[in-house]
Amino acid sequence: MSMQSSDILPAKQARSRNRLGKKQQQRIWNTVTFIVLCGVVVPFVLPFLWMLSTSFKTLDQTVRFPPEWLPSPWMWENYPLSLTEIVPLYRYFWNSIVYSVPATCFAVFSSAIVAYGFAKFRARGRQAMFMIVLSTLLIPYPVVMIPQFILFQRLGWIDTYLPLIVPNLFASPFLIFMLRQFMQGVPSEILDAARIDGAGVIGTFWRIILPLSKLGLIAASILTFSANWNDYLGPLLYINSRDLFTLQIGLTSFVAHRGTSHWELLMAASVLATLPVLIIFFVAQKAMMQGIVVTGLK
Amino acid sequence: MQLSIRRREELWFYTLISPWVLGFLAFTAGPLLASLFFSFTRYDVVSPPIWTGLQNYARLLEDDLFLQALKVTTLYTIITVPLGIVVSLGLALLLNRDVPGIRFFRTAIYLPTVTSGVALALLWMWLFNPEFGLINYGVAALTGWRGPLWLQSETWVLPALVLMALWGVGGTVVIYLAGLQGIPTELYEAAELDGATGVTRLWSITLPLLSPVIFFTTITGMIGTFQVFTTIKVATNGGPNYASLVYVVYLYNVAFRDFQMGYASALAWVLFIIVLLLTLLAFRSSASWVHYEDEERR
Repeated sequence: MSMQSSDILPAKQARSRNRLGKKQQQRIWNTVTFIVLCGVVVPFVLPFLWMLSTSFKTLDQTVRFPPEWLPSPWMWENYPLSLTEIVPLYRYFWNSIVYSVPATCFAVFSSAIVAYGFAKFRARGRQAMFMIVLSTLLIPYPVVMIPQFILFQRLGWIDTYLPLIVPNLFASPFLIFMLRQFMQGVPSEILDAARIDGAGVIGTFWRIILPLSKLGLIAASILTFSANWNDYLGPLLYINSRDLFTLQIGLTSFVAHRGTSHWELLMAASVLATLPVLIIFFVAQKAMMQGIVVTGLK
Repeated sequence: MQLSIRRREELWFYTLISPWVLGFLAFTAGPLLASLFFSFTRYDVVSPPIWTGLQNYARLLEDDLFLQALKVTTLYTIITVPLGIVVSLGLALLLNRDVPGIRFFRTAIYLPTVTSGVALALLWMWLFNPEFGLINYGVAALTGWRGPLWLQSETWVLPALVLMALWGVGGTVVIYLAGLQGIPTELYEAAELDGATGVTRLWSITLPLLSPVIFFTTITGMIGTFQVFTTIKVATNGGPNYASLVYVVYLYNVAFRDFQMGYASALAWVLFIIVLLLTLLAFRSSASWVHYEDEERR
């Protein structure tokens, strides 16, 4: 961008003349933005309201046209019914917790260790290794899915949660990348000081690196938990017995059992399935945003 | 034995990243090679694989469903990715202004990304319900027409799936928003002194400075849409009449419904190569349109 010095003076005068006009202009633009946003936000919010509204309706009210927004009467019992009535969804809920929580802890912890290595230790081949980590992000899961399936089948792990949990012990490339970004932000002086105080590599990891990358760890945990919680393909491949179904598989078996004739129960179940991730998101909104931004920008 | 500091650091590096190295060998590199091998065989899991050379790849060319899947996925990608970028960029520009209720607007637009997987598919199946769904109610209210069959219509199923995908642009919006906030305001002020209008400022400051982020979201977007599975598997299972048969749904059917692991592996490798080529193409083209700040200084 070039700016000739001769332009500056008239421009300055013009600006002072326009100062009031500019503020006013700003205000008009903000009003326009506000109005546009009010319109734009509607298609993002309406589906949620529709889901909630349907979940409280009677079966009869769901099949009325034109649709009614307010349930009458309010069927609070749709929620307990959706957990027990058609399929034992409460059990699938529990199953999802049983495998998602350890899977998430393992993935975040192992990735933190690996990220620590990449962030704070110099070694020959580090750059090359990190390039491999990044390039594995490009490998589509379907490419490794079939041999993985055969491997886990040979190990006799079909119809257990092991194929969904064990791979998480070995760090995830995405999390390594993300946590490395956070850990690189930890000043090396602090690490040096700790070393002088006699802290070893592991002590530094526990007492300095982990606490100082808390935001990153939280973001990583949320993203991993919701990925596990919402995973459909994994459980679809490995879980066969009804008793072991996860929530996502349970939801589809709900449809398979009753077709789509009970939208009020299906929507209540969908609300319940979304709720855990939604709550976590609201509790840790800030960390999560930071995580998305750090992985998206650098 | 005394190790030099250098060597010790190197040793620690490799110790710390060893979980990833093991996982990479067992769950990525190994399966990658195995699936390449399977792609040259006929393999039904029960009996050992039989070497058939290039037969699977030759079969691809005559497989109408493969061509259909390729067509559907390509179409879905070239509509969803650019549209997604334009929409999220527009939203980010709106959300970057300081208007009342901005926090609400930002949250509202991000929120849909919290629902994913099966619950998302169920919600949209209900929204797209031709008789009692909210969307056709809107269509009827606006146009007087009762609206299309959406997910049950060969013509409308893809547009419906694109809308579904666009509902989740919030993640990209957050990334763009952070990118916008990273642009120094002095640049805009200087441009204003030069008399640049809003459109010029967008075109010659915002877009060039945002181009690395746009580049990143294009690549991740393409990789994502080429592997789309859960929502489509649940909502349409590739129907009606294969009109929404995306690549991974077809691959899943070949592998885990028909148990043709050899052929499915060939499909998987073709997907891998497509993703690699797309990424390469994006990188190749990036020199002409992606603007990095560091380059400027050199």
